[in-house]
Amino acid sequence: MSAQRRTSESAIAAGRASEARAGWAMSSPALAAIILFFVLPAIASLALSFTDFDIYALADIGNLRFVGFENYERLLGNPLFWKAVTNTLLFVGFGVPFIVALSLFAAMLVNSRWLKWRPVWRVALFAPYVTTLVATAVVWRYLLHTRYGLVNYLLSPFGIAPIDWLGDPHASLPAILIFVGWKTFGYNMIIFLAALQTVPRELDEAARIDGAGWFTRLRHVTLPAIAPTVLLVSVLTVAGMFQLFAEPYVMTQGGPAQSTVTILYFMYEEGFKWWNLGSGAAVAFLLFLCILAVTLVQLRLARRSGAI
Amino acid sequence: MSLRRWSVTLLAALVALLTIAPLLWMLSVSFMARGEASQFPPPLLPNDPSLDNYRMLFGTFGIGRFLLNSLLISTLATGLALLFTIPAGYAFAKLRFKGRDATFRLLVAALVVPGQIGMLPLFLELKAMGLVNSYAGALVPWLAGIFGIFLVRQYCLSIPDEMLEAARIDGASEGQILRRIVLPILTPIIVTLALFVFLGSWNDFMWPLIILADQDLYTLPVALAAMSRQHVQDNELMMAGAVVTTLPVLILFLALQRFYLSGLLTGSVKG
Repeated sequence: MSAQRRTSESAIAAGRASEARAGWAMSSPALAAIILFFVLPAIASLALSFTDFDIYALADIGNLRFVGFENYERLLGNPLFWKAVTNTLLFVGFGVPFIVALSLFAAMLVNSRWLKWRPVWRVALFAPYVTTLVATAVVWRYLLHTRYGLVNYLLSPFGIAPIDWLGDPHASLPAILIFVGWKTFGYNMIIFLAALQTVPRELDEAARIDGAGWFTRLRHVTLPAIAPTVLLVSVLTVAGMFQLFAEPYVMTQGGPAQSTVTILYFMYEEGFKWWNLGSGAAVAFLLFLCILAVTLVQLRLARRSGAI
Repeated sequence: MSLRRWSVTLLAALVALLTIAPLLWMLSVSFMARGEASQFPPPLLPNDPSLDNYRMLFGTFGIGRFLLNSLLISTLATGLALLFTIPAGYAFAKLRFKGRDATFRLLVAALVVPGQIGMLPLFLELKAMGLVNSYAGALVPWLAGIFGIFLVRQYCLSIPDEMLEAARIDGASEGQILRRIVLPILTPIIVTLALFVFLGSWNDFMWPLIILADQDLYTLPVALAAMSRQHVQDNELMMAGAVVTTLPVLILFLALQRFYLSGLLTGSVKG
């Protein structure tokens, strides 16, 4: 009896050991890849930012010097860097409310109980999100053409004179935002839709019977119910706005008058056009700090207002 | 009530039309003759539809080569990502081993770090490994997909432990359990993940732009961006290039949208 129990116990122990071995065996290839190609480079970025790694060091590593905070000092004195920071903050400041509002509007429309053929509209509105960014940026560069563009043509009946969307420093940022909004609202819409479906219809119905208008119901019924999702979508959109690169690269090449140089675009030019990899790494690290700071502030604001 | 029904549907149709209009127009202009689209007002449909732009793309510009590069890189990226991610996601969900939960928490925390942060050192790392300017270099970021592990783990959590325990008692090895029992259950999430990685690697621009210097290795987005800088005036040609670049993924998405949309919610809302 006791011998039998001992064998079954040792069998269980052996089973546990083989389970643990299998656990490590199955997860270690992925973990190794993540450490090698993601964690290590991210940490190395910080180390690289304290060196003067440039095209000479690329040819011969002996030319590499440790320069302390010199890269950061030089960046803070570089007007183009500040231009990139300002532009990116403008993209965040205008882009996030614009895209969140657009997505929420689309989600409420598709969630409407009176809507017929819902799946059709949902897929149509989501489609831009899966298209290739570079390809649609090329399409939009053409749509926004001052003379032949469809956008200006559609605006002309409203008495709006042709706008030089991608050539006027004041219009270039809104132009890229329109494109980014078009490209990404479908994704946020799907997230909002899932949240809206959890809001009880009766709540909205009760408010309607009490005579609450559309906007009042949005403000006092719908928005409080989906507040955590609004936060989630804003955090995701902020991160997206900080990562704008292909849009200015294809549509404006950072112009006109550097009005669409984003932080990531600046990092790319610094690193891979001028081969100042040390300075580029400093940009990358500052970008990371920005994203982290904005996300933490949003979380704190949300916590204070009781959204989560 | 019926009026309300129709007005909401009409509004949705209008918004949907406005949304896909750029894509429809891209398709329409790609069949136009050279210079036809550079008029005011812009024509909506080609006067005399032809495939000339596509002929020129595949003939003079050799876009077939870039199409093949994209197909190859995306297919390999998808296969490799599945190979690395599925066992890891399953292990994190169902196999008990020391340090599992701590490791997984670290991975989730790492999700907030955008991949671009380490791009410059990664470039240097791959240069030292001799992988710059090769397909392998373009594939590397897709091996390290934390999001994929997360997605597979979420799905695996719903597999009952008793099922795995029963297989163990029957003498199945852990590898056999993964292959014979878990994989069939995971089919929907595997399709979802494959779709994410394929579309993601197909549409990716910044990393292939950095790592692929040789024009023969260019993927479609990199080639299209280079072409669009040289041929700013050739709108019809560029629209055809945009169609070749984006139509494959658009069709893939439309065919498998159910998997795509459900996976998107697993990844963002429940997480």
